[in-house]
Amino acid sequence: MIQADLNIIVPEIVLALFAMLALIGAVYTSKDKLAPMLTWVTAVVLVLVAVWIGINGEGTRTAFGGMFNDDPFARFAKITMLLSAAAVLVMGQDYMSRRGMLRFEYPILVTLSVVGMMVMVSAGDLMALYMGLELQSLALYVVASIRRDSVKSTEAGLKYFVLGALSSGLLLFGSSLVYGFAGTTLFSGIIAAAGEGHAPIGLLIGLTLVASGLAFKVSAVPFHMWTPDVYEGSPTPVTAFFATAPKMAAMGLFARVLHDAFGGVVSDWQQIIALLSVLSMFLGAVAAIGQTNIKRLMAYSSIAHMGYALMGLAAGTAFGVQALLIYMAIYVTMSVGSFAFILTMEKDGQPVTDITALNMYAKREPGKALAVLILMFSLAGVPPLVGFFGKLYVLRAAYEAGLIWLAVLGVIASVIGAFYYLRIVYYMYFGEEGEALDKGKSPVLWVMLMGSAAIMLVGVVNLFGIETPALIAAEALLR
Amino acid sequence: MSIAALAFYLFALCVIAGGLFTVISRNPVHSVLWLILAFLSSAGLFVLLGAEFVAMLLIIVYVGAVAVLFLFVVMMLDVDFAELKAGMAQYLPVALLIGVILLMQLGMAVGVWQASDVAEAQRAAVTPDGVENTAALGHLIYDKYFLLFQLAGLILLVAMIGAIVLTLRHRKDIKRQNVLEQMWRDPAKAMELKDVKPGQGL
Repeated sequence: MIQADLNIIVPEIVLALFAMLALIGAVYTSKDKLAPMLTWVTAVVLVLVAVWIGINGEGTRTAFGGMFNDDPFARFAKITMLLSAAAVLVMGQDYMSRRGMLRFEYPILVTLSVVGMMVMVSAGDLMALYMGLELQSLALYVVASIRRDSVKSTEAGLKYFVLGALSSGLLLFGSSLVYGFAGTTLFSGIIAAAGEGHAPIGLLIGLTLVASGLAFKVSAVPFHMWTPDVYEGSPTPVTAFFATAPKMAAMGLFARVLHDAFGGVVSDWQQIIALLSVLSMFLGAVAAIGQTNIKRLMAYSSIAHMGYALMGLAAGTAFGVQALLIYMAIYVTMSVGSFAFILTMEKDGQPVTDITALNMYAKREPGKALAVLILMFSLAGVPPLVGFFGKLYVLRAAYEAGLIWLAVLGVIASVIGAFYYLRIVYYMYFGEEGEALDKGKSPVLWVMLMGSAAIMLVGVVNLFGIETPALIAAEALLR
Repeated sequence: MSIAALAFYLFALCVIAGGLFTVISRNPVHSVLWLILAFLSSAGLFVLLGAEFVAMLLIIVYVGAVAVLFLFVVMMLDVDFAELKAGMAQYLPVALLIGVILLMQLGMAVGVWQASDVAEAQRAAVTPDGVENTAALGHLIYDKYFLLFQLAGLILLVAMIGAIVLTLRHRKDIKRQNVLEQMWRDPAKAMELKDVKPGQGL
């Protein structure tokens, strides 16, 4: 029996074993000198596992008595996470080595956190959920403060850790109430115990606390306070990682818990998610206006984007989950491109994060400025770029589920939010003449930036066909 | 009152008193000692429940390791606890208010609490018939919850890597022991015998 179970979690086992082997290998050989090579190898392994999951995965299988699900939904999220983690690792390698931050533990910690994320999106039990979440978060706390000589980086790690611990506490408290109600921690048992219609008060409190804990992880308002500080304080490659794979994982987990465990009481959690969504969209749009630090700006931008993704979840339908998955895949791609650009922002070899440094950037580097323009328009959701279609999907999902007010507010928030994306473009094309940024030399960053921008343009044709896999994934979740 | 009931009330009283004094004692060392009393009494409660393995774990791990570690930390770190507590009076009213509200909400929730009809059936039995609880625990951890057990191991690995990454510094200006170098030292090269004549130096 255990053999069959283990067969299902082979990708996770492979990654965990790789991390341990790499750890021992690097410790006994040349340690940090190995780090650049190890980063590339890790990225290749992550991509290979993603390809393997994509080719081999079929149907819906459960392991360990329902504690672990391998279904199209989990695979969609896993492939997105693995690819984005690989991209971010490769992007940050040069930046971190030049500043002496690239320790060999960095790619290993990232790999282990990806293992945690894979468990999260596959979880079929509250305990498995918590284990995956902690594995992921603990590795993230460490990489946030990996630049241990910098006060800001240490502060970021500490803040993330303390608030993360608080959110885990909320989650556990909620889980214990849910267990008290249902008598089991298995999602299949909870959904059977909850029945249809309205949840009794005990389950409702548990559900609310679990949702609050998860909202912390996706940085939805009002649980967003840590995001700007952590994004600003962490080294930029780590920030890029935070903005991609963990967001996908937390959203996947959110969708899985709400539909797999609480799928019978949709009307009870729909209002919670809708409220989180509205607050996130508006706070993300309004608070970013005053920011001049591009990393803080991206933090608020990610809060706003999480609001839109939650709108898809709030719909509570298969189409809503499909919209959520498409939105997250697009958001992750845009984030990779944007952070590839932020990593190139340097003056005399020192990183610059002030957006006024971009003055007249278009004159000096028209190609890259055009790519950034496309990415910013796409982030803002300007038609006809891919980002617009992501927003269109979630708005349609909310509209079709009868949440017309939510869709209208979403449109208003996106108009407000467009201001600060357009301001970056304004600085690049019409700003005052200022000191020039260094010319980026890294080919990797160039490829990522241009690739991401090209996807935003070319993807308009058919979104690279991700609609069908996303639909299959959504239907698998709502079986 | 039977002996078991008497023991239960005794242990329960000790747990509550220990917990209370852990929080309110002024001397942090006393706090740790009260904490140890709370741990020991809860171990007694577990024995009453028939879960002797968990009771032993509590004594060995919590009293033997965790509490002693606390004691070390409290005694070795120069933390001025009075100063830490100084700001407390300022936040006390707000904290009390929030605490009372939470308590009332919990009271409301418990008042109308109802478990699902199937909850009782779905709940796992404390120990299956005919199996000792230590063996039952082993079956659960290493068999049913194998995945969770391994994941917990991975989490501990991450914690270890994290502690090393964030604190270990390789200093170049200190001497380190190199065992192989010491063993392969050639006495002929390391020592030299000189015949020093009286009254003369080297």
